[in-house]
Amino acid sequence: MNNSNQEYLDYIEKNSPKSKLWRNMLLAFLVGGGICTIGQGIGDIYEKVWGLNEESVKNAVPITMIFLGALFTGFNLYHKLAKFAGAGTLVPITGFANAVVSPAIEFKKEGYVLGVAAKMFTIAGPVLVYGINAAIAVGMLGYLMGY
Amino acid sequence: MIMDYVNAFWVGGLICVVAQILIDKTKMTPARILTSFVVAGVVLGSFGIYDKLIDFAGAGATVPIVGFGNTLVKGVMKGIREEGFLGVFTGGIGAAAGGIAASIFFGFLASVIFNAKQK
Amino acid sequence: MQKRLGAQTVRFQSPVSFLATASVAGQKEAQGPLSKYFDVIMENAEWGEETWEKTESKMQKHALMRAVEKSGIDVKDINYLFAGDLLNQCISSTFGLMDFGIPFMGVYGACSTMAETIGLSAMAIDGGFANISAAVTSSHFCTAERQYRNPLEYGGQRTPTAQWTVTGSGAAILSGTGQGPFVTHFTSGRIVDFGVSDANNMGAAMAPAAADTLSAHFRETGRNPDFYDLILSGDLGMVGKAALIDLMYEKGYMISKNYDDCGCMIFDIEKQDVHAGGSGCGCLASTFCGYVMDMIKMGEIKNILIMGTGALLSQTSSLQGETIPSVAHVVAISTERNRL
Repeated sequence: MNNSNQEYLDYIEKNSPKSKLWRNMLLAFLVGGGICTIGQGIGDIYEKVWGLNEESVKNAVPITMIFLGALFTGFNLYHKLAKFAGAGTLVPITGFANAVVSPAIEFKKEGYVLGVAAKMFTIAGPVLVYGINAAIAVGMLGYLMGY
Repeated sequence: MIMDYVNAFWVGGLICVVAQILIDKTKMTPARILTSFVVAGVVLGSFGIYDKLIDFAGAGATVPIVGFGNTLVKGVMKGIREEGFLGVFTGGIGAAAGGIAASIFFGFLASVIFNAKQK
Repeated sequence: MQKRLGAQTVRFQSPVSFLATASVAGQKEAQGPLSKYFDVIMENAEWGEETWEKTESKMQKHALMRAVEKSGIDVKDINYLFAGDLLNQCISSTFGLMDFGIPFMGVYGACSTMAETIGLSAMAIDGGFANISAAVTSSHFCTAERQYRNPLEYGGQRTPTAQWTVTGSGAAILSGTGQGPFVTHFTSGRIVDFGVSDANNMGAAMAPAAADTLSAHFRETGRNPDFYDLILSGDLGMVGKAALIDLMYEKGYMISKNYDDCGCMIFDIEKQDVHAGGSGCGCLASTFCGYVMDMIKMGEIKNILIMGTGALLSQTSSLQGETIPSVAHVVAISTERNRL
């Protein structure tokens, strides 16, 4: 019985509890900002303490952040933080690591080839596909325009 | 020095807040938001706008996924400069190789070491 | 007297009695308000198994084993097994119940499965095709998450209308001979879709189906809500429960007095962080086979109505942008059998 009912949909929209936007925004700001600050600190250590050059720091910081994201995911901590932080843990590169690592761990039971490896990018894949394709498209356009 | 940290904090935090508003106020799924953010990074990067933000906020701009888009497009531009048209294809992933390889490697490693647990 | 009362309702003539029921529940459920009514409590989410799916199978197996034990019958005396669960191709039932060697009827009714399998069992018995029949179902938080949503470790934020899949199982053994409580009526539901598409607001999607079947039950039996000591829906949660009360009010039935929802009862919603409440086949199954049956035995309630509500969506239909069709099945239970 398909009885798509706008009146009912409006009723549900009105009566469903809403997300606490201000609280969520504050938590996303604090945790997201916090993760970026940690990234800044790691970069400073690499640059000022270990004396890495600028180009190496640019590579080393994301690798380290991804390692930390993977570690926290493995220890069952990242999603606990994410429950409160929302976008604060989603948007930093650590969230990308979480999106790669969590299906890898979850689908281990389906084997290392068709489970871990095949499912690793079920969530994070779109970011790579659209990021890489957008960059190629921009590059082609730039090239044709004689950049 | 201390201002580097303050700027990283508030700029990074603010980028996350934008995503949070999209999560709570629109029907966009987190996957769509992340995808849009990466593409936004590519677009902002292609005009050189994002580099200005990185100069100001450091990790506050590079750590959010938007920075990943910027890295990709910067790599493509550098690739074109060095290799011509071929650089369109080799530059992007080349520049982002560290992050991509790390996520594949650590993802696999984590799956070997850890097991799924109920929260 | 006719067995069929109307388009959706049948009235059983021979006495269809519950011989025994048994429930299995997970740790989180055991920390909830209904803790002491579960027969078996799992020590952890894995329960000694390698995969979540194996665990869920084990839950069904133990629920049925315990129900058989309580009823005192022999497994061989069960003529039919009506069972199902939420996993693709109902693998929890298949793998969990395989060893019993009972003729198996796989049923998919999403979270309405408990009510549907009890209804089908009663029909088989009243039809004279079975002396004893069993109804079994289950759900597990971890199997449902990985199939319908995200990996457990994925850092996502639940919306306030999202529900928490109950880790629980229930088994009921029904017989043509027994001392009750009796299954008196079965109102089977139609598929209803009011156009809700948010998979994180399942209660809202299912409430119109619940209202459709519930009002059909009252209309076709000539009863009104006050006839029942308890009207119990399976897993509408906070949002769906409120919506059902309003939808029924519009249809001219006041149910708020004696109505409750298992999804709102099985957890302490404030303290256990389950947002809009519990969901899953195991929600009604473990609540009914535990708490409700105990209440009936203690004489607290005599006439009750249980309603399983199922959201008939799949990941494919969701991704393809379909709305969520739902179904609800109603079973009337009484300590007294129907008179001929």
